[in-house]
Amino acid sequence: MMQKKQTFTISIYTENNVGLLNRISSIFQRRHINIESVNVSKSEIKSVSRFTLLVKLTEEQIKKIIGQIEKQVEVIKVFYHKDEETVYQESCLFKLNADLLTDNDEIQKIINSSKSRVIYIDKTFFVLEKSGTKQEVEDLYHILNKHGIMQFVRSGRIAITKPLMNVSQMLNTWK
Amino acid sequence: MATKTQEKITKITEQQIERISGAEAVVKCLLAEGTDLLYGYPGGAIMPVYDEFYKYKDKINHVLTRHEQAAVHAAQGYARASGKVGVAIATSGPGATNLITGIADAQIDSTPLVCITGQVAEHLLGSDAFQETDIVGISTPITKWNYQITKASEIPQIMAKAFFIAKSGRPGPVLIDITKNAQFDKFDFTYKKCKSIRSYTPKTKVQQTKLQEAAKLINSAKKPLVIFGQGVILGEAEAELKAFIEKAGLPSAWTILGLSALPTSHILNVGMVGMHGNYGPNVLTNQCDLLIAIGMRFDDRVTGNLETYAKQAKIIHFEIDPAEIDKNVKVNVAVLGDAKESLSNILPLVNENTHQNWLNEFKKHDAIEFDRVIKNQLYPKKEGLTMGEVVKEINTFTKGDAVIVSDVGQHQMFACRYSEFNQTKSSITSGGLGTMGFALPAAIGAKMAAPKREVIAIIGDGGYQMTIQELGTILQTKIAVKIVVLNNDYLGMVRQWQQLFFDKRYASTEMLNPDFVSIAHAYHINAKRVTKRSDLASAVQDMVLSDKAYFLEVYVEKEDNVFPMIPTGSSVSDIRLE
Repeated sequence: MMQKKQTFTISIYTENNVGLLNRISSIFQRRHINIESVNVSKSEIKSVSRFTLLVKLTEEQIKKIIGQIEKQVEVIKVFYHKDEETVYQESCLFKLNADLLTDNDEIQKIINSSKSRVIYIDKTFFVLEKSGTKQEVEDLYHILNKHGIMQFVRSGRIAITKPLMNVSQMLNTWK
Repeated sequence: MATKTQEKITKITEQQIERISGAEAVVKCLLAEGTDLLYGYPGGAIMPVYDEFYKYKDKINHVLTRHEQAAVHAAQGYARASGKVGVAIATSGPGATNLITGIADAQIDSTPLVCITGQVAEHLLGSDAFQETDIVGISTPITKWNYQITKASEIPQIMAKAFFIAKSGRPGPVLIDITKNAQFDKFDFTYKKCKSIRSYTPKTKVQQTKLQEAAKLINSAKKPLVIFGQGVILGEAEAELKAFIEKAGLPSAWTILGLSALPTSHILNVGMVGMHGNYGPNVLTNQCDLLIAIGMRFDDRVTGNLETYAKQAKIIHFEIDPAEIDKNVKVNVAVLGDAKESLSNILPLVNENTHQNWLNEFKKHDAIEFDRVIKNQLYPKKEGLTMGEVVKEINTFTKGDAVIVSDVGQHQMFACRYSEFNQTKSSITSGGLGTMGFALPAAIGAKMAAPKREVIAIIGDGGYQMTIQELGTILQTKIAVKIVVLNNDYLGMVRQWQQLFFDKRYASTEMLNPDFVSIAHAYHINAKRVTKRSDLASAVQDMVLSDKAYFLEVYVEKEDNVFPMIPTGSSVSDIRLE
């Protein structure tokens, strides 16, 4: 039976070492799997990094991939979750022409209704920040696009999982 | 008492602080890990370490191969014959990239290796300096672990980790890249062996409940079949395997890398599974009611078409690597842990049995295979020599005590199908990667690991020429490796496929070969060519009796094929006998 592909958030707890991103991404590359987004940051545990990856796979595929990632020496623990098991956000920045703020109040309305905020204003441009789901960010993009976007950038997904990920406890028992 | 005092002394020396260079520290780390033999090739970025080899030449033997690829293969041969970690060393740039094939081979065949490469000085990294290459980046997907050292003070801890990671759990190759400044810099050296890494679990503790589940299936099975792989050899579980299968009366087949873990003559040894394996175990894989996989990974060359592989059977998988569970074949019971522990713990849980009728099924299939395939290989009526009869002659004179190192291709299949083995770690071949050129350097390493054993490399005329330069290493080290080239003037395995699946369009498989005997003579290696059956036995005898290196070329039938054969994509039970 062919399983359906769906979006999974992979959370990887690792040692903080040079080259680990390469090692993890090569696991996907080798299997011709596209990574939708990737984010690397510190975690709740001192000196432990957290990778958050977004991939579209079948559950059977994701299980095998998790095994391969977990096998890496410097990977502490890997988890995968479906969208409904996570609380997730993406963040984006728009660079827009400063005239838009003074021409009329349309931009102000967009800012208010989209719950985005101005984080920088110059004589010529301003920067708008928005955090939300990918869809919310996409919607705002399409609205602002009509007014001309000078620059746009979006972060990878960051996600907190609803189920417990007991990495600190695990590390304590290893001590 | 004596050993305790010894331990104390070692502890003190281990922790003694000395101010030395990074290069000297590399040598001291190797010695502390018990490495007194390594293979390599010098060059600019690794020269400080070579300078230390010169100083430490009484304690550490550096074998100069003629190409870095051969250094890794020799280290692999050494590791596979000894069970220890093999060490290879090379310079930066091309020296490092020449290691790649061997590292990939070691990764797929789970061979414990530590590869050391020199690197340009830290301040030159990323500047496209002379002989600079990103070897850590390049080797990432084919190493168990790799690391770039840029400070001398990192050397002891990283080297200790390298050896620990290479050898523990499912073994594999580790690459350590050391910048030149780190080799020159002086620091306070102390060495402590690595015993654990917090993010790394080499082996899971065997779960008793899983053993009970497995034992229940084994005790109720009517037609059980064991397939064991290299996990048994790597886990040194040969005796435990034997005890387990003997008690429960389990017919046992092997994968190509499991070969020699169980003596050929053992009553329960039913032969090889896979593409060119034996008829019985392949056909009966699809008739057994319980498949017990031990330290093997259901490679596609073993399973054929997965859709029709052992669908009727329950499957138990004894495996050290959690990522292998359900990777290719879904199993009913997975027993995680190392083979030695699992098999010794399951022994008291299994009932004594003989499964005589079921074992007879294998014998029936053996008789068919003998009649249709083996007889013609071992006792040919045709004029041309067969590869099988050469292997049979080798058996006659080595009595199953030799280490057989085979290359890749038709001769490899004949070597593995027909060689007889009395003891473990005796078959060394490139199974997963299928690296032509592996055998000659690997045989050099194997002979150095087991100097008292006869080591015979069986190679085709194609693969031989991929690392033929290693005759130079044999000349210089005077290592008594025996080389048998089975020459058919073809890249035989590819030619066989062209014959069977490409309507005999022999594209680039015919070889115009040089005079191999003259080449051997040029390296001062005794050599002989055999073209007639009547000369074969005495030539093999001369080779085996020689206490020096010896080269034997046997001119075999040009268009002979390896059978049985499971064509790619076919079911194991659709194995062809001709």
